[in-house]
Amino acid sequence: MLDGRSAIRRKLPARLVLSATWLTLLTLAAICAPLIAPKDPLAQDLFLGQLPPFWLQGHEPGYLLGTDSLGRDVLSRILYGARLALTVALTAGTITCIIGATMGLLAGFLRGWVDILISRAIDIWMAFPPVLFSILLIAVLGPSLTSIIIAIVVIDWTRFARVIRAEAMTQGAMDYVASAQVAGRTRLSTMVTEILPNVLPTIVVLLTLEMGISIIVEAILSFVNLSISTDDPTWGGMIAEGRASIHQAWWVLVFPLITLFLTVLSFSQLGEGLKDRFDPVLR
Amino acid sequence: MSYLSIRNLSARLKGRPDQILRRVSLEVAAGEVRGLVGESGAGKSMIGKAILGTLPQSVEITGGQIILDGTDLLALPAAQRRTLIGAKCALIPQDPLTALNPSRRIGPQITNRLVDILHWSRADAEKRARDLLAEVQIPDPERVMRSYPHELSGGMRQRILIASAFAAEPKLIIADEPTTALDVTVQKQILKLIAAMQARHGTALLFVTHDLGVVSKVCQSLSVLYAGYVLEDSTIPEFFHAPKHPYSRALLAATPKYTDPDGSLTPVSDAVIAATRAEVEAADRSAHV
Amino acid sequence: MQFLQSVLLRLCTTLITLAGVAVIVFFVIRVVPGNPIAMMLPPGATEADVARLTALYGLDKSIPQQFLIWLSGVVQGDFGTSITTKQPVLQLVLSRLPATLELSVMALIIAIIIGGFMALTGTRLRGSKTEAAIDIGNGMALSVPDFLWGLILILAFGVLIPIFHISGRVTPSLPLPFSTNFYLTESLLRLRFDLWLDIAAHMFMPALALAIPLAAIISQLLKQSLKETMHLDYVTLARTKGYSETHVILREALPNAILPTLTLVGVQFTFLIGGTVIIERLFSYEGLGNMAIDAVINRDLPLIQGIVILFAVIFTGVNLLVDLTYAALNPRLRHA
Repeated sequence: MLDGRSAIRRKLPARLVLSATWLTLLTLAAICAPLIAPKDPLAQDLFLGQLPPFWLQGHEPGYLLGTDSLGRDVLSRILYGARLALTVALTAGTITCIIGATMGLLAGFLRGWVDILISRAIDIWMAFPPVLFSILLIAVLGPSLTSIIIAIVVIDWTRFARVIRAEAMTQGAMDYVASAQVAGRTRLSTMVTEILPNVLPTIVVLLTLEMGISIIVEAILSFVNLSISTDDPTWGGMIAEGRASIHQAWWVLVFPLITLFLTVLSFSQLGEGLKDRFDPVLR
Repeated sequence: MSYLSIRNLSARLKGRPDQILRRVSLEVAAGEVRGLVGESGAGKSMIGKAILGTLPQSVEITGGQIILDGTDLLALPAAQRRTLIGAKCALIPQDPLTALNPSRRIGPQITNRLVDILHWSRADAEKRARDLLAEVQIPDPERVMRSYPHELSGGMRQRILIASAFAAEPKLIIADEPTTALDVTVQKQILKLIAAMQARHGTALLFVTHDLGVVSKVCQSLSVLYAGYVLEDSTIPEFFHAPKHPYSRALLAATPKYTDPDGSLTPVSDAVIAATRAEVEAADRSAHV
Repeated sequence: MQFLQSVLLRLCTTLITLAGVAVIVFFVIRVVPGNPIAMMLPPGATEADVARLTALYGLDKSIPQQFLIWLSGVVQGDFGTSITTKQPVLQLVLSRLPATLELSVMALIIAIIIGGFMALTGTRLRGSKTEAAIDIGNGMALSVPDFLWGLILILAFGVLIPIFHISGRVTPSLPLPFSTNFYLTESLLRLRFDLWLDIAAHMFMPALALAIPLAAIISQLLKQSLKETMHLDYVTLARTKGYSETHVILREALPNAILPTLTLVGVQFTFLIGGTVIIERLFSYEGLGNMAIDAVINRDLPLIQGIVILFAVIFTGVNLLVDLTYAALNPRLRHA
């Protein structure tokens, strides 16, 4: 028992450090994309279509990771795509978190009809296929960055609400809450000053996970061609192109896929690592 | 010739220097009832687990022998050792509430060892189970055998576990604090039952407990354990009239007497504990030279 | 009696949930911009043509009115007519449902096999390097969703080592003798193993992509649950009876460890079914999900509605089924 725990302690920083490093690098790359991208991500050159990456025969200097079928530079498109991915992760993740956590806190702490209403809504939401629902919402709202964010918030708030509701219920039953109530505080102020700090670690973990999920949702939406305008570089859009030309130019799929994979993995490992950190008594 | 003979058994937590058992030696003769006494954490349960081969994975045996009926268990390959223990030993566990599998009926839980390990016929095994349940005074054995554990009381379940322990006529039973988890009212009955069954079947019994009162009633001899070290090995009359070790004396003074339940009790003093600890450490050092 | 009561209660909440889904979908898709009628007609159509078709599909009425008409149809088993194919929605949806069901169940089976095997191996080899490797594998598999696993599988087994099919449900040139759309099941029943193999080889990659995250969840939960069970006295007791570690895990611990895992796996299975939407798209697999995405792109409102409702019915149905199975399997509840 003791050995297992200390082993995890030792392992824990490694995955936190690795994932934080990747995400920091990616953020820097996204911010500096106009400075470091070797080419214009939109520039097409049909004479330079489907060039392989630098270590293969027939590559062209300057196109490090090759080009897609329209002759656009894969590396530059990945760098610019990171901007959209991270924007979506930050904004959609945060807004979902605020709305979902608030709903969860209200339902779990106030109970009564508020809880009944929110729980019913969660039940109904859980009966929707999430991917189809998001595609439908984008169709309704029209493809744009705002629509993506709205779709993610509308669909994923239940992720937060479900977990936070349960936690708020457990916390609400504890003695320290009762004593705060006895001290004459209002329900709402108790919720904010007593319950919220105690569920905050969970909220932070969920937020990290949600950022990864948001990136996937964005990729899926651009994959089915519903994200933003089709010219702008998106990882999902690149993956869709790569899927189509997979037998001729695998690199068009591979590099955005690796980037997406590492990013999603990092967000998730960051979340899991934080969870272990916050939860000293490992279950 | 002892039926069970443990010689210089040492064990520790894997990868750590702290000893759990320090050169433990003890003997249980055929048909003998030996008490194994010590405060919690003294390692008394570990000895039972070492014999039965159910030590936690974090514990490793670092030396010594466990000789059962002339065979050194620790020298046997795992599979052979398991079947040998299954045939010759049995365990009466501590907590009857968790010692029966909740998803299986009582009958198979008594007969499975007989059928699967000892290759009895199912009919013979079931007859044996019915007889034993009757022997431990369970009304309507037929019905009980078809019941699930949660349908029975704690006392009933402990009776079933006792019956199950005797099923294969083992030569040695290890009773690991068999009454600790029970109501005080039931404790006495169960203790009587174990004593009666032991006498009738002539089984050797290693009785692990922290309760000297229980030991005085059931056992013929006892070993006192402190920090994994055997401090004293005496017969019951010897121990209760003239305990050899200061720690034993202190332990005895801290135990309420059945003859004088209202007599004053003295908790084991810090001085005795310090002296005992020093003795154990000194013994450790001399053993390592 | 109490059991029956709780079943009825669950049925009621399920119906409320379904009604909620119906209302939300209905109103959401009425806001869809772009006139589906205009898209159906040839370029030279007149205003009158548009008006006539709009009336035909009931789109000229107010939204609440449309909902009532639609609802009364649904109660009679009429989900309306698809705008793009002009076939009854129910018929269309039911023709695709078998493909999605077979895919989901195949994925579930794969997930149970892989997850169960990992959990049992990890438990058998507690504390070893193998267990640590299984834990890391679980962590990876859980961190990355089915969509990405699908892409990785396409690369690995479609391009790098091309041994499995990565698009479609069956090789198109094969003549199909089937009378139902349960191709996989029917080919087995008709003893057409050649066809079965072809269909299974098409299904394997998408099913595996769906299965990987669920397998990791099963592995993790079951291993955790087994670990807790292995500490219990009845397991120790079984060991002292002479049973091998493997027997102890399989016969004593597993039956009790499965129950707590079951409910969670049920919920996760609905997530898996939800995942078929994008996975079917990814592998050009002709199931409900692929049809749903096409329906959204073509603004085929009645069809979208039907598919979403059907998914909701499946989700709530699975949850209901899991609850009932749990009650039926738990002797403590059964005899209470």
